[in-house]
Amino acid sequence: MTQTALAGRIPLDDYAAIVGAGEIQEMRTLAAALRGRGIQMINSTKMGGGVAEILNRLVPLAEELGLTIHWDVMQGSDEFFEVTKSFHNALHGGAYQSPAKDLDVFMACSERNYPLVRGDASFIVVHDPQPAALIQARKARSGHWIWRCHIDLSRPNQTVWEFLEGFVSRYDGALFSSPEFARRLPIPQYLFHPAIDPLAEKNRDLEDRAVAAVLERYQIDRRRPVLTQISRFDRLKDPVGVIRAYRIVKRYVDCQLVLAGGGASDDPEGAEVFAESLDEAQGDPDIHVLELPYDPVVINALQRGSTVILQKSLREGFGLTVAEALWKKKPVVASAVGGIPLQVIHKHTGLLAHSVEGTAYQVRFLLSHPEIAARLGEQGHQHVKENFLITQNLRNYLALFLVLDRGA
Amino acid sequence: MNGIAHVSGGAAAAAFQFSTVARVTRIGNQTADTLAEMSRGLEECSDASIFYHTFQTLGTHHFLTEGFSNDFAQWVLASANRHELAEQLAALDVRDYTSLAELRRDLHRLVGEYCAAHPQIAAQAALERFTFCESVEATIPVGSACTLEEFRTGVENLSHSALYFHFFSSRLRLQLRTNDFSLWLANSLGLEALASSVNRIDVYTNTLERVRLKILRLIDRERRRA
Repeated sequence: MTQTALAGRIPLDDYAAIVGAGEIQEMRTLAAALRGRGIQMINSTKMGGGVAEILNRLVPLAEELGLTIHWDVMQGSDEFFEVTKSFHNALHGGAYQSPAKDLDVFMACSERNYPLVRGDASFIVVHDPQPAALIQARKARSGHWIWRCHIDLSRPNQTVWEFLEGFVSRYDGALFSSPEFARRLPIPQYLFHPAIDPLAEKNRDLEDRAVAAVLERYQIDRRRPVLTQISRFDRLKDPVGVIRAYRIVKRYVDCQLVLAGGGASDDPEGAEVFAESLDEAQGDPDIHVLELPYDPVVINALQRGSTVILQKSLREGFGLTVAEALWKKKPVVASAVGGIPLQVIHKHTGLLAHSVEGTAYQVRFLLSHPEIAARLGEQGHQHVKENFLITQNLRNYLALFLVLDRGA
Repeated sequence: MNGIAHVSGGAAAAAFQFSTVARVTRIGNQTADTLAEMSRGLEECSDASIFYHTFQTLGTHHFLTEGFSNDFAQWVLASANRHELAEQLAALDVRDYTSLAELRRDLHRLVGEYCAAHPQIAAQAALERFTFCESVEATIPVGSACTLEEFRTGVENLSHSALYFHFFSSRLRLQLRTNDFSLWLANSLGLEALASSVNRIDVYTNTLERVRLKILRLIDRERRRA
């Protein structure tokens, strides 16, 4: 078993400048009511992926509130993670052949991780399907067990879901990122948004010259509008659709397109999608298809240097790149899929679209109405500030624990 | 409470208890994919759900001061693409209601009438599903006030959550007629005019910060008058 080592800490009081000292003080008050109760977070990876990123920020902030919190990572073989990867794809609606061996591998690994469970914890939050079967290690009169599901379960493969449901139904509650992702379960289900850290490198304020330097590095002209989609090269992010939307816009406005993301070189499908995007972009020097090594400051600068941010996904989990863009007060045009409509409230914090043509129209509209674009960006920023920051995520956990503690 | 000074002044019959609220959203099992299902949902969902999607959504989206009214209207606009019905639903002013039953009745009537007049549209699948939700809360006391001065300091230092709790969600407890602040100002300090002015602050066109500022200004005006 592994208790994780945490990344660099940002003091809680540093967030007061963003959310207000009153909010931080109240979080301390709420946390005081939970003092003495242990919290355990369990997931399956300590680095990489959105869950680890959130826990890396959340756990130190909870510790600073005086809470006793442990973050433990389950250990699994390559074979186990191959099985859970196939579960993951199937839960997102992909096909699944159900070799009985998969279930044996899953159960054997889960059993080996039973000692991970801290019997003295008052609240045990198990993240995603991989460690879900640890509920079998639950003892009588143990604390509250919560299953936090970060993935879209709206159209799961039934075989895999029915297997998983047997474990999930034994928890005291389940947390979903969107009401759309929830299932009919015999336990209470709660809405829990993922969050971004406004003080992380990817989101903190940048000086204009830092933004200019990055745009210059990639030969992007700041004097003309820049449309940007940040996402890995994945067909579900529809980069080719983004280029087609851009081409429609380009008939009316002299603009540029940036498609930037990572993951093309170490993922065979990513490499294919990257190549398809390059093909589609051929002949237009104003389309910048960039495969970037992970550099949060570059992503930050590209977002800040953009005129309009796109997220034209065909399928999406929550789509935190939208929250990142809104936090930077950028007007966003995005598909109405997954958790995106929770972030983009149509005509209030951004514009939703359902097709290439719709995306192009909304972008043209924003480019011709900069005052409306600015208002959407400002309101989007407020929306993120109220609902999708790491401090709010922590407050939501405090609220959940208090509600469970009081049997409300 | 941190930041609440204890200043002498005309003492209230009973102290105002400031609280903050820990609130989580519970996802219900009831959903609507069509206007017809929305009509049924409005008839059958809990009072807490009606409250959540009308009053509470105003608090959650307090920074949107133009055109945002309630979740039902927003869904009818953005997912069912029925502008006329959306406008009718948005035009319902929650302050006109003294009970959730009345509000539910009007929401249901508008959607029901539209469905009856347009049966084919009523059966069409919306772009996004609507899921009925409600809030579950735990409150934590954070201080008290016995005088108008102490009350002012308390309001000045409240977080958005606490302000929301006393000004918005208190209406559910108080059957929509008033809010915690106005109730205390009238009943414990006998300041009925001030209570009424506070209760009239427009929750549609003000952010929570502006609500706070207006309450503070009204208190200051009352203190000058006294």
